[in-house]
Amino acid sequence: MEPSVTTRVDLTPAAGELLACLERTHGPLMFHQSGGCCDGSSPMCYPAGDFLTSDADVLLGTLAPEGVTPIDFWMSASQYEYWKHTHLTVDVVPGRGSGFSVEAPEGVRFLIRSRLMTEEELVAFGLL
Amino acid sequence: MVFAPPNADGSKVTLPAHYDNFIGGKWVPAQDGETFEDISPVDGKAFVTVARSKAADIDAAVQAATDAKDAWARTSTTERSNILLRIADRLEAHLEELAVLETWENGKPVRETLAADLPLAIDHFRYFAGAVRAQEGGISEIDHDTMAYHFHEPLGVVGQIIPWNFPILMATWKLAPALAAGNCVVLKPAEQTPVSILRVVELIADLLPDGVLNVVNGFGVEAGKPLASHTGIAKIAFTGETTTGRLIMQYASQNIIPVTLELGGKSPNVFFADVMAEDDAFFDKALEGFAMFALNQGEVCTCPSRALVQESIYDAFMEKAIARVNAITVGNPLDPAVMVGAQASSDQHEKILSYLDIGKQEGAKVLTGGSARTVDGLEGGYYIEPTVFEGDNSMRIFQEEIFGPVLSVTTFTDQDDALRIANDTLYGLGAGVWARDTNTAYRMGRGIEAGRVWVNCYHQYPAHAAFGGYKQSGIGRENHKMMLEHYQQTKNLLVSYSPDKLGFF
Repeated sequence: MEPSVTTRVDLTPAAGELLACLERTHGPLMFHQSGGCCDGSSPMCYPAGDFLTSDADVLLGTLAPEGVTPIDFWMSASQYEYWKHTHLTVDVVPGRGSGFSVEAPEGVRFLIRSRLMTEEELVAFGLL
Repeated sequence: MVFAPPNADGSKVTLPAHYDNFIGGKWVPAQDGETFEDISPVDGKAFVTVARSKAADIDAAVQAATDAKDAWARTSTTERSNILLRIADRLEAHLEELAVLETWENGKPVRETLAADLPLAIDHFRYFAGAVRAQEGGISEIDHDTMAYHFHEPLGVVGQIIPWNFPILMATWKLAPALAAGNCVVLKPAEQTPVSILRVVELIADLLPDGVLNVVNGFGVEAGKPLASHTGIAKIAFTGETTTGRLIMQYASQNIIPVTLELGGKSPNVFFADVMAEDDAFFDKALEGFAMFALNQGEVCTCPSRALVQESIYDAFMEKAIARVNAITVGNPLDPAVMVGAQASSDQHEKILSYLDIGKQEGAKVLTGGSARTVDGLEGGYYIEPTVFEGDNSMRIFQEEIFGPVLSVTTFTDQDDALRIANDTLYGLGAGVWARDTNTAYRMGRGIEAGRVWVNCYHQYPAHAAFGGYKQSGIGRENHKMMLEHYQQTKNLLVSYSPDKLGFF
């Protein structure tokens, strides 16, 4: 059983505050981690349900910043195979990205910061 | 001579303070009047404002294109071909101006825009001008009295979403075949780089009938999404990343329309031991091929961002290869001597730094570079040192498209090992193979799961060589006459010349 403190994905406080703002405009939200060209490797934030997930995706976790409807964070299963040994933190930086992520018009862009999972985390997720 | 930025004394480029959308042959503001700033990554400062469009503006553009499509579809191929040739001539007459503007807006070195981006774009219009003249329909004789005639007909109105890494060239790759094939276009430039395309449109506006080409500017979520999901388009073409690619397919599935997607890669560049058999021109070319990861600051979908070097030559090869990387001149991209300029945006800059961080955490060894850098006098710009990591193909820096001047190097033992590592990736857009032995080069070239394998060369993009991805790198091909058919329907007329009934009824 997973210890409740162990996560695959987290948020910085700044990202949490931005999500609270975005929910007021766009309603409940979701993330899908992108890969590939241009704005690839960036997390894409959409109104919940806009992007159809399937068995081809893995739910990495559900983010729950204060006062915000819980936000599912997805990644394609094939990409997850290459990312699974790292812990992700959703941060926000100035910029405008591309793609259809909802924060871009605000002059900011979600960004993934990564660290290697600890041995304890790897054990918790059955990766060791 | 260092070129002057737009609107500076002696500059090749004079810009207005603002650009609107181009819809139905007219320059029109966004319907709600909103604008956004276009920032130069060279100095990090805004230099022009652009219309910030929404769904209503996309609606207007699709309507203008729809109004124009029947007349445009009826023009002869000769007429369309001649228009494309005139577009090419017009761009060629303004080549230096557009090259400087492209550099200022994107950050790429002017030596590349002058020698590659603009000449390739100009040639591309000429190629499709020729290709459409030479395109044949078909006559199939079913039997002596029954003929199947196959005609090419345009799709109608197509949507095109352009990336920011080669703004003019990528717009041209999509526009030239679509216009040649007789379609009307609604084009959305990247929000980082709309102005060079708008200047191109300004230069060629009088050559096209109103409504044939419409350009709507704005953010992905506000303008790109309404375009991709619009019920009035017959096709959508997109270059970008995988999540947006999937979303665009999702919208296309709701409208039952085709897509062309180009979604990037993590291209292997494989160096076999015999490249070092002689210290000659070919070896020198191979070393340049190694350094090609830094072309366009690494912001190329086919960036050769994984180098696989045969173990038996690794130390000797890398000594020369790192020396070649260290000889790269970095700085103000408007200086024709500079080889690596600025990353295209602040968030791109941040993302690359996040990869330099995870690369180091995963234990990859920094062989050169590894940090952000500043350029004197351009302190606000977004610059990164050309960086070479040594590590293992399982590391994230070997698996993700960093889109920066960052190379990850590993070794292989033999051809089978090289092929295994080369194909151990989600993507399959580009690859390079360097070998003097032609059998090795051929087998690797056929074995690598990628749409474009450069053999003893890299980063060449001539028209008439098909370009596109295997695996998660996308769907469809560009840069080749087959692209005409991606923008056409097939009409079959099945005609009976027999007076005799079938006899069923």
